[in-house]
Amino acid sequence: MSVSPDILTVEHLSMRFGGIVAVNDLSFAAKRREITALIGPNGAGKTTVFNCITGFYRPSGGSMRLVHDDGATFQLERLHDYRISKVAKVARTFQNIRLFPGMTALENLMVAQHATLMRASGFSLLGLLGVPSFREAEARAIDVARQWLDRIGLVDRADDAAGNLPYGDQRRLEIARAMCSGPALLCLDEPAAGLNATESGALSDLLLAIRNDFGTSILLIEHDMSVVMEISDHIVVLDHGVKISDGEPRAVRDDPKVVAAYLGADEDTAIEVMESGT
Amino acid sequence: MALPVADRSTAKTPSTFGFIFKKAALSALVALALFSLMIGIRTEAGPSGQLIYWTRFGDLAAIVAAVFVGSILVELLRQWLGPAGTRTIVPPRITEGLSVASRFLAPALLVFALLVPVIFYNQRYLLDLGILVLTYVMLGWGLNVVVGLAGLLDLGYVAFYAVGAYSYALLAQYGLPLPLLSTAYPFITVEHLQLGPWAFWVLLPVSGLLAALWGVLLGFPVLRLRGDYLAIVTLAFGEIIRLVILNWQDLTGGPNGISGIPRPTLFGIPLNPGPNGLAGMLGIPFSPTHRLVFLFYLILALALLTNWVAIRLRRLPIGRAWEAMREDEVACRALGINITTTKLSAFATGAMFGGFAGAFFATRQGFISPESFTFQESALVLAIVVLGGMGSQLGVALAALTMIGGFELFRGLEQYRMLVFGGVMVLLMIWRPRGLVGHRAPSVFLHRERTTISSDMVKEGRG
Repeated sequence: MSVSPDILTVEHLSMRFGGIVAVNDLSFAAKRREITALIGPNGAGKTTVFNCITGFYRPSGGSMRLVHDDGATFQLERLHDYRISKVAKVARTFQNIRLFPGMTALENLMVAQHATLMRASGFSLLGLLGVPSFREAEARAIDVARQWLDRIGLVDRADDAAGNLPYGDQRRLEIARAMCSGPALLCLDEPAAGLNATESGALSDLLLAIRNDFGTSILLIEHDMSVVMEISDHIVVLDHGVKISDGEPRAVRDDPKVVAAYLGADEDTAIEVMESGT
Repeated sequence: MALPVADRSTAKTPSTFGFIFKKAALSALVALALFSLMIGIRTEAGPSGQLIYWTRFGDLAAIVAAVFVGSILVELLRQWLGPAGTRTIVPPRITEGLSVASRFLAPALLVFALLVPVIFYNQRYLLDLGILVLTYVMLGWGLNVVVGLAGLLDLGYVAFYAVGAYSYALLAQYGLPLPLLSTAYPFITVEHLQLGPWAFWVLLPVSGLLAALWGVLLGFPVLRLRGDYLAIVTLAFGEIIRLVILNWQDLTGGPNGISGIPRPTLFGIPLNPGPNGLAGMLGIPFSPTHRLVFLFYLILALALLTNWVAIRLRRLPIGRAWEAMREDEVACRALGINITTTKLSAFATGAMFGGFAGAFFATRQGFISPESFTFQESALVLAIVVLGGMGSQLGVALAALTMIGGFELFRGLEQYRMLVFGGVMVLLMIWRPRGLVGHRAPSVFLHRERTTISSDMVKEGRG
């Protein structure tokens, strides 16, 4: 059986806001069980691409095809917002962390398993009566959450409000929460933003573990070149809504177009930024 | 209250006194501007129509001085008591003791509620008041699902109370319509089933379901609205329901209301003086207090049912989705939670309990009219929820007891009652802006500990 090697195929994607073209005729593919990075200077349209893929924007044109391991195919531009996560199994994190601050770390991970638990609770009717099958499903969900908390080193703080956790922990908790929804494709919007060197090192390990242990494909927006160069299998570079380079990290880094475009005209600074990834 | 106690010395920075003084002076200035014409100059029409005026600068000075001193006092009070959690004048040992005591507060209240008809058997006024308080406790718990858990600001809750009450009254009067298939044209005939002594027990769930249906109907148009806009539309919805009831004279009797609503029966046994009544069957002398005691236990049972369902729902995935929606709607969508059904289920659940309470209200009063379902009721129930601490079951019960019971308690103060009431509310909002019970208990634990989440973290929701 030959399932397409690409989990996500974006073709001729365009997004216009009034007269502004945020993304123009973008085509790229993200390979299965690989980490694909989407980079580019500020305002290049990276987050817009993410918002199109995860259904927060309806693209002006183009198509986005997602193929699961079992061959099930979804046209993302035709799915309604929450169904992209529920049916097509695309999970995402946000540039500015969007945890549920008043709920505990554990509760955050339980909310992510909403669809499974909702079915187990017989859409609340069986759950209200406290049937054993729901109790088992809930225990399993807590177990999944515990494993993820263990992986990100937050088991001891499971019952603390998410809003009380340190910044780095919140970042990792958001990734764990996205993973608890059992995604086929994980979209991370600047997961290393605001992290120190040690923390971004731990983040790289976490993302590699997600790819290797769970076989989840990752689409990543990131400005921290050391993280991008270390973990990406494939890099797509955007500038002003247009793709300017696409390939393996080494090839992209040496691409003169990327170096030139990355920080505008100042080529020396651009080279410096790109070199920091080595 | 057992929160980090900030060092009081840091609060007393040298600028504090100057700040208080400046604020008081500003308040006094505003008072001077406001009252200079209202109090400072008294005008009257003279005997021949000319304007007579005289000055009352003494009174004006007294008022302005009172505002100045009062402002300083309020500010000092605020500095000492502070918003919950920043600074406390109670030592931590006592607050810990209080938190231990509060664990026993709920069971103690429940036992007390169960014993009220026994203790106050001969005081009909107190029994009646107890029924009233419990009705508001139930309404508060119902609205708490919508406002406290789901974070949807609903100012028209009384609409569902009205739908429940009128559903019961009308269906009891006209009979429950049952569509029957027939062979002749038009193939469906509607039979009105008269329910007799069972009316209340059959129509109670029906009223709840009809109210839930209206909850969903209201929910659809307001799905996209948030915060203030949601509040305004729900307020309008409450008024629309009331105005329809008021003007649909043929059906609802308009302003005359509906009277002769069947009283509840003890599972078919009426509570009346006849030989078939409960007293006659038990062979004890009839007393009108029997019905009052029965109504008390009935509303207590209904309120406890509401409480039980609300507590259970909170620990189910749907309850967690409600709270998650209150915290962050965008994140919910990204996690595959259907915001539409989640919001509608919150509206429907809250409305259903409002409907139950409405049916109880109708059977208790025996007479309903649109006057009982004004905006004031919505505001009162919302005030109970906000005062109690949004999302807290115990807090809502305490708030209902304080608001309804306290209001009755101050009846002796006559027209100053509202003044006392307003003052207490202002003080409470300064002292505990998140309500009586402001913290949130997590719905699931990993380590089986009794932890609570401070109110600073929990969001109120933006509708």
